[in-house]
Amino acid sequence: MTQTSAPLAAQVVNPARRSPKKNKFGVSDRVLAIGTPVVLLLIWEAFVHLGAIDARFFPAPSSIFMRMGELIASGELWMHMWASIQRLFYGFWLGLVPAIVLGVLMGLSRPIRSALSPLVSGTYPIPKSALLPLILLIFGLGEMSKVVMVAIGVFYPVVMNTMSGVVQVAPIYYDVSKNYGASKWKVFKTVAIPGAMPSIMTGIELGAGLGLILIAIAEMMGAQEGLGFMIWNAWQLFSVETMYVGIFVIAVMGYIIALFLAEVAKWVMPWKR
Amino acid sequence: MTTVKADRAHLNSRGAQNESSTMTSEVKISVDHLTKQFDSKGKTFTALDDINITIDKGQFFVIVGPSGCGKTTLLRILAGLEKPTSGSFSIKEAASNRPENSMVFQGDSIFPWMTVWENAAYGLNMRNVPKSEIKDTVGHYLSKTGLTAFADAYPHQLSGGMRQRVSIARAFSNDPDILLMDEPFSALDEQNKTLLHEELLRIWDETRKTVLFITHSVDEAVTLGDRIMIMTSQPGRVKAFVDVPFERPRDVLELRHRPEYGEVVYDIWQQLKQEVNDSAEKAKERAVSKAARSH
Repeated sequence: MTQTSAPLAAQVVNPARRSPKKNKFGVSDRVLAIGTPVVLLLIWEAFVHLGAIDARFFPAPSSIFMRMGELIASGELWMHMWASIQRLFYGFWLGLVPAIVLGVLMGLSRPIRSALSPLVSGTYPIPKSALLPLILLIFGLGEMSKVVMVAIGVFYPVVMNTMSGVVQVAPIYYDVSKNYGASKWKVFKTVAIPGAMPSIMTGIELGAGLGLILIAIAEMMGAQEGLGFMIWNAWQLFSVETMYVGIFVIAVMGYIIALFLAEVAKWVMPWKR
Repeated sequence: MTTVKADRAHLNSRGAQNESSTMTSEVKISVDHLTKQFDSKGKTFTALDDINITIDKGQFFVIVGPSGCGKTTLLRILAGLEKPTSGSFSIKEAASNRPENSMVFQGDSIFPWMTVWENAAYGLNMRNVPKSEIKDTVGHYLSKTGLTAFADAYPHQLSGGMRQRVSIARAFSNDPDILLMDEPFSALDEQNKTLLHEELLRIWDETRKTVLFITHSVDEAVTLGDRIMIMTSQPGRVKAFVDVPFERPRDVLELRHRPEYGEVVYDIWQQLKQEVNDSAEKAKERAVSKAARSH
């Protein structure tokens, strides 16, 4: 309460004068961010041509990109990507929705929390990849087993972060909503969810990352398509370039998901902007 | 008005229930032998002990007391956020369907995830009031509190004084029958506090709602109140009632300039000083006995 006595109008009208994005070398941060990997790739390329590193394990970036071009042209890459994206999408929702509902209920109700919290935190440390054989056994080799693996990955971080987010909402906000006559549903909607939202978003980011790891592993074991399968298959065929393409595409997908979630976070939490 | 002195009737809270009220008007809030105890670590702590109050409709009633005297507990009980251990209170129902009370909380209580407008409209939205009515009412109180330009701002963009204005706009917009204010200005600096006193009085003059205002500041009590209740601490009891003789509407600065203002403040301070000393003494005793035990 005692902070921000700075002139208010200035603060609102002129939001934070940004320092120009140049460092003392006169190069902008963005140039550095893009420049570093490009330079490293060039060094890699040069080393391969000089014979300084083994091209069997570290094929030249140019040959990797060429392979990528072939895979795009044949439609193979797209087929694998699409399979993985679909599994990620369904698995994401299958894990997210119950996780948020359960997390909020556990956050709001002490009995529910006492009953379920040991169960959730007790099963959380199990490496999710160790569950794969069991999941394959239960759900078979079809799509469902892969979707369930992603869902498990998304579920845990989201349920735990949602619960702690709801618990951490200051009690005064619940007093306010009670005093102003909010119904149970409105307390849920106007206090618990928005109050826990930063924590929920953190859980979703962690969950999406975990989902990506698990989809790759699941596809290596029990699938005939998908990026994980593509990487595993490339190992069996000793097509190292294809393997690199798969790794690169998964990395890019992870990066795009992170960017996308950051945008979603801005959109659902306009007060954090 | 210079001859009017503060009413110094010392009331034994256990004895007579009612203080004489000079004005004939209907009773809005009555608190009857209200006691609140908390259990902590196997010990029972009495926060409020046999409180008896009657507050007239339209009165600006202020409770002054040292910290820890149970003022906030009393307000929370009246707001329905806590239950009394024994005794009762009654609030006369309003004719219309307006809410019984709205509280202005101590410290930051406006939702960080809502804009100024959404915060001010909160109570009305919870009651499903028609949109057009919300627009009129909220617009009115935001303009009264000087917040119109900040309607779309989020609380973190506002100063402490601004945030407390939002809290006041939220309570008034809800159009409650009575307003409960729990040290709403205690975290503000002196200048902001004075500005907000003026604004609050101006808004209150429009509606003349029954107000129950809690503070530890004697100046604030005398500036704002019609009637002041002084509380003792640990356990919280009623020590005395003081009627504030100043007319309405009041000009805060002009009021504080008057000699009678100083007299009323002095008078209350005399009674409060003893309480503050007593509670400091009790705290010292406790510390000494604790130290003795630990040897």
